[in-house]
Amino acid sequence: MFTIRVQHHDFDLSAEHALVRARHRDVGAITSFVGVVRDINDGSGVSQMSLEHYPGMTEAALKRIVNDAAGRWNIIDATVIHRIGTLQPSDQIVLVLVASRHRRQAFEACEYIMDFLKTRAPFWKKETTPDGSRWVDARSVDDDAQQRWEAK
Amino acid sequence: MLKVLYFASIREALERDAETVDVPTPATVAGLVELLRSRAGPYAEALASNRRWRVAVNQDMVGLSEPLKAGDEVAIFPPVTGG
Repeated sequence: MFTIRVQHHDFDLSAEHALVRARHRDVGAITSFVGVVRDINDGSGVSQMSLEHYPGMTEAALKRIVNDAAGRWNIIDATVIHRIGTLQPSDQIVLVLVASRHRRQAFEACEYIMDFLKTRAPFWKKETTPDGSRWVDARSVDDDAQQRWEAK
Repeated sequence: MLKVLYFASIREALERDAETVDVPTPATVAGLVELLRSRAGPYAEALASNRRWRVAVNQDMVGLSEPLKAGDEVAIFPPVTGG
């Protein structure tokens, strides 16, 4: 049973890590990725960011991505937490944590989940810059990162 | 009748987050988008074919040829930028 949460409040990597460790005796590797708000994007300073999402579809999309990953790698446990609402530079946005028996599975599954989250999970960022606020454009580099998994 | 939801920059351009739309059946996503574009106001520009947008039906991302039936929840939104 994987953990998927979309929430306004912050998360604690150590606590999530400890929860996964406490649940299993056969886990040999836990990888985690934490995305953080930068204070610069596309050449402009960013003072604040707000995250919009599609309630219901977001959770379903994240669940599907994690289940797809579990079909490719031997994942014992996984946690995905994505924040919404208003965030400041250096705030945490997203956590992906994958537990497996061995490191290679955990590394690859974590990267796969992040790559698909970037292109398939319905979240949208709007950032506040000195010139006003603007929606963040999707990046082709994220599509490329997702598509490389199709070839494997 | 379809329930149509709009998100992010599309929601702002159309100045609404949801509406019900009466589409003659059998319908497809392409047909719905064509109908919306033919309306007065900001629809044509917000949903112009050269702009980038995505569609989900009943919370699943789909292509333009996806069929639609009464009661479906359709969402139109820009490419996602989470993470």
